Amino acid sequence: MKIDDRISSLHQNYKLKIKKEKRFITICQILLFLAFFTIWEVASRREWVDPLIFSSPSKIWHLLLNKISDASLFHHMVVTLTETAAGFIIGTLAGTILATILWWSPLLSKILDPYLVVLNALPKVALGPILIVALGPGFTSIITMGAVVSVIITTIVVYTSFREVDPNYLKVLQTFGATRKQIFQEAVFPSSLPAIISTLKVNVGLSWVGVIVGEYLVSNEGLGYLIIYGFQVFDFTLVLMSLLIIAVLAAIMYQAVAVLEKLTAKNRN
Amino acid sequence: MSFVEIDHVSHTYFTPEAAFEAVHNIQMTVEEGEFISLLGPSGCGKTTLLSLIAGLMTPTYGTIYVDGQHPKNLKNTIGYMLQQDYLFPWKTIEQNVLLGLKVMKQLNETSKANALSLLEQMGLKNVRNQTPRQLSGGMRQRVALVRTLAVNPKLLLLDEPFSALDYQTKLKLEDLVFQTLKSFQKTAILVTHDIGEAICMSDRIYLFSKGPGRIHKVFEVPDELRSLSPLEARNHLSFTPFFQEIWKELESLENR
Repeated sequence: MKIDDRISSLHQNYKLKIKKEKRFITICQILLFLAFFTIWEVASRREWVDPLIFSSPSKIWHLLLNKISDASLFHHMVVTLTETAAGFIIGTLAGTILATILWWSPLLSKILDPYLVVLNALPKVALGPILIVALGPGFTSIITMGAVVSVIITTIVVYTSFREVDPNYLKVLQTFGATRKQIFQEAVFPSSLPAIISTLKVNVGLSWVGVIVGEYLVSNEGLGYLIIYGFQVFDFTLVLMSLLIIAVLAAIMYQAVAVLEKLTAKNRN
Repeated sequence: MSFVEIDHVSHTYFTPEAAFEAVHNIQMTVEEGEFISLLGPSGCGKTTLLSLIAGLMTPTYGTIYVDGQHPKNLKNTIGYMLQQDYLFPWKTIEQNVLLGLKVMKQLNETSKANALSLLEQMGLKNVRNQTPRQLSGGMRQRVALVRTLAVNPKLLLLDEPFSALDYQTKLKLEDLVFQTLKSFQKTAILVTHDIGEAICMSDRIYLFSKGPGRIHKVFEVPDELRSLSPLEARNHLSFTPFFQEIWKELESLENR
């Protein structure tokens, strides 16, 4: 009985310690956040930094309220979010389909190997001007940019995970006389699903790059457009506000994919 | 004609650097209902021979007939069990067990009921909705056995299916596989490097030597051991002398 009491009190201590540490970390995170914006605000007001370039949190906040009240901001956010989501989904799907084709034909994958290496090394945003001329300045070319930046890396990562599936799973299926299609459906694809989902996390970030650069180049709406417009009229409050909104939206999208990853992992264990 | 006929079979693997002969001039017949063991050191081509019989590869020389046909043309006559269970972790136990039937497009009410009753006989009915990760090694290998038997194969190829298990589980599973195969009157070929396992499970033992793999000697298991279950056979008087005989032969192979 005595020993049990001791153990339970030790356990209580242990739990308390974890709780304390967690609280400490959260407090530090909040303090860091407050310190950053306070120092920024003070530095800007006292003109330690040039307020024209660095603006200040209070100015950004007022602009944000203004933009929300005249409803123009919401429109820009929707445009950019739609473009990014579309580019992200198209890029991931196309990459997975390409990887499937490569897996299907080992000969084709050997033939295409050097081209994939070159395409992967190429900075995809350099294709921007060509895309705009080919697809017209607008929605289509921006979404294409968002997709193009992620499609090759998705192909390579997913194809590699297709090939790394334990050959004994394939052997099990072969002893049942499975066709190549059945082997793909029953073993190769499901066993690569975690790898596919973890490429999604990378692709979210890449699609943002593609879409923002696309908007720089052609658009007259969207958050990337706001940044480039603010730059042209030297309104850095607008630039920084757009930047902060992008940071928040990108983080939310990333978290959404992380939740998806956790859910699929749960189904497996 | 015998159930399995292996006629002057040799198989060579090719790589850019070399041609490597894995098995050489194998001559072997197996009658229906027999349990055969292929015994030998690692690298003597036992698994190659099993893959050839399964029709996963075509021999470089010679011919193999199973039930009067080339293995490649056979459907659901041959079941194959690997060293580990290789249950698909993303499928439930029930889905794993029905995998063969699904792949062969023979999944219907009757075949499903058969497979599930087999699962029940192995004492695994209560885990049918769990995933492989939740099961112990012995349970998983039992599920793998059900998966193999679910498509009702006439010939079972067992590639060291007990080697990854702890000793106690291995002994229990040997008994279970032996009883199950006998009761369904299946023909079986077991690959193993465990002399005791070969003796207690089989009717005949082919001892292989390596470099390239060939049949060195054939042992007929004494009648009194054949009729016993593996666990009983291990405790029988004639087990040890027979074990010694094969042991000496293996030793002489190593010293050559």
